[in-house]
Amino acid sequence: MTSVAVGDSADVDPRWRGRVGMIGLIVAETSLFSVFVVAYLYYIGKSLNGPYPKEVLELPVFNTICLLSSSITITFALRALRVGAARRSGVWFLVTIALGVVFLVGTAREWYGLIVGHGLTISTNLFGTTFYSLVGLHASHVTIGLVILTLLCVFAFAGALRGSQVERAEIASWYWHFVDAVWVVVFTVVYVVGR
Amino acid sequence: MNVLSDTMTSGAEVRRPVLAWLHEWVVTVDHKRLGIMYVTTGILFMVVAGLEASTMRLQLAWSGLHVVPPETFNRLFTMHGTTMVFLVGIPIVFGFGNYLVPLMIGARDLAFPRLNAMGFWALLFGGLLLHFSFVGGDGLYGAGTAPAVGWFAYAPLTARAFTPGNSTDYWNLAILVAGFGTIATAVNMVTTIVTMRGPGMKLGRMPIFVWEILTISGLTLIILPPLSAAQIMLLLDRFLGAHFFDTQAGASAVMWQHFFWFFGHPEVYILVLPGFGFASEIIPVFSRKVIFGYVTLVAASVGIGLIAMGTWAHHMFAVGMGSPLNAAFAASTMLVGVPTGIKIFNWLGTMYGGKIRYSTPMLFCCAFLFQFLCAGLTGIMLAVAPFDWQLTDSYFVVAHFHFVLIGGLVFSIFGAIYYWFPKATGRMLSERLGRWHFWLFVIGFNLTFLTMHVPGMLGMPRRIYTYAADRGWEVWNLVVTLGVPLQLAGVLIFVINILWSLRRGQVAGDDPWDAWTLEWATTSPPPPYNFEVVPVARSRRPLWDLKHPDDPDGPHE
Repeated sequence: MTSVAVGDSADVDPRWRGRVGMIGLIVAETSLFSVFVVAYLYYIGKSLNGPYPKEVLELPVFNTICLLSSSITITFALRALRVGAARRSGVWFLVTIALGVVFLVGTAREWYGLIVGHGLTISTNLFGTTFYSLVGLHASHVTIGLVILTLLCVFAFAGALRGSQVERAEIASWYWHFVDAVWVVVFTVVYVVGR
Repeated sequence: MNVLSDTMTSGAEVRRPVLAWLHEWVVTVDHKRLGIMYVTTGILFMVVAGLEASTMRLQLAWSGLHVVPPETFNRLFTMHGTTMVFLVGIPIVFGFGNYLVPLMIGARDLAFPRLNAMGFWALLFGGLLLHFSFVGGDGLYGAGTAPAVGWFAYAPLTARAFTPGNSTDYWNLAILVAGFGTIATAVNMVTTIVTMRGPGMKLGRMPIFVWEILTISGLTLIILPPLSAAQIMLLLDRFLGAHFFDTQAGASAVMWQHFFWFFGHPEVYILVLPGFGFASEIIPVFSRKVIFGYVTLVAASVGIGLIAMGTWAHHMFAVGMGSPLNAAFAASTMLVGVPTGIKIFNWLGTMYGGKIRYSTPMLFCCAFLFQFLCAGLTGIMLAVAPFDWQLTDSYFVVAHFHFVLIGGLVFSIFGAIYYWFPKATGRMLSERLGRWHFWLFVIGFNLTFLTMHVPGMLGMPRRIYTYAADRGWEVWNLVVTLGVPLQLAGVLIFVINILWSLRRGQVAGDDPWDAWTLEWATTSPPPPYNFEVVPVARSRRPLWDLKHPDDPDGPHE
């Protein structure tokens, strides 16, 4: 990778490199989600046949609590990293992963109920089309986040997250916070506005 | 990573086995090599798409011809448009960004070199996937080879029922893959420009070209993901039976148009702003003056980037959006003409009173000025919604956007290649062949596309396979087609010039044009680490300051 020699990048703190890169990715991802959100909002109430959201959707309160609190636990993990408590940080990462997995399992159960119980698939009507793609796009981001978190967790227990690596873990956590923030939007659009 | 083995091959070096040489290029993460590979990829695809266009012109040269079957004609214009936008325009502008941005701001590489390599390979394989459709597009249903849905692939033509087989899916997946590569490169560019500037290189001292790349990279992050999203929706529609663009399920086919043009229109600016950047670097050097109105030029660029995101629906005046929306988008489209007009005056002001040297790069920039102005004027005409209703989807529109993308972009790209080729290879391109290239291309281009406005105004729709003899379009179409061999000859001379100059060209030295930006402060070609010692920028023309310590720019800015 690039080595920092004398006279290089005198003006900007090199730590900003990763941060700006992650901000760029988050801007692009926001734009991607926005289109699915726009499509969802525009197609609310335009389904020609049932099942309709009012009949089949329930507020995923427990799921939401789990995912949002994982944003807090990952902060604890990073705080532990910064004071050099690798093991404690690993445990917090583990808790974060557990909360993410619970969220995914909750989504899987919800989808199972919708598909088997109510016969709603992606091809049933516009509601199914927009619902599965928006919630599914978010769930796929949760899955990617869980892969990143698992790596961080293993590295933390191995004691590898030290020095400049702490900064990288911090940047990875931004992605997780972003995934959580997207859920707030998805929750509002799908379960509050769209129901 | 072994830095020394990355040294650029120059004529003086010992010859290595071809495989070793190839291996170095395949595994490289050096921004200069990736930049060269981007631009070379772009030029190769340009030749392919240019030949497709020539075939179409042959078909349309006179009424009632049968050069190719109608189905093939549809595939030709689809592949021509898609290739030119995604596999010629984007790789060339981002390739130049790759090569020049770190050199111009005094950095040793991009912020994420490996991500950069990934971006390039994603784009290249996306392009190969698209062209593989010629072979593999038959799919299970045996219908179609290359995609034939037009480069903007309107719904519901793209629905399974209307385009069976896999050809449309090749279009979809290829652009999706290439798009991810482009987004990655855009992240890389923004990060590099924001965080990796060398000592003294403040934002307000960056070369205009770097400003243009920053603008288009930011724009890419916002407008390319919506295209990816729309393509994911289309994939879901085609493979899982979703109904995003299915009017029979209550959905809206116009939705696709909004999503596509929200990408598609700013995409034009993503392509043409770097063209402005080339002109803004070349014109001052060959006029021996500083750029006139640096601040207004930067403000105009960023302004164009911002306004560009609010103009997309002027592609949809004929759809029936209603008067309020039509008026809003007509107004925003005219608004974008203001910063663009400012830029024309920046370049004219730079040339005014200068000691102009008409070398080949400058010749291309002069033609660029005239032709881009024409493109802008027809653009303003088309922004008037009632005028657009008359001429929408006619050859007038085709002439307009070819004036933007060839008259504006390709001419400035040719200028840029003549200007920076000595830096990248250490050898000059031949001026004599360059002049032949220029005059053949400028005459051929205007013969084709200036004339093309006329059949457009006479009502000739775009994308028709042939036309009746009594329309009065024949002579015009013949003239349009006659310009093609001139352009082809120009490009052929250009390619010969490159191949010949790579081996035999006059040795360039570090700074053949007596220029002022940092890329000319290092050797030609630059070493993998770019600069032994990164020069400190104390003004917008750091190299001028180094050459003239008695008369630095700083006090005048």
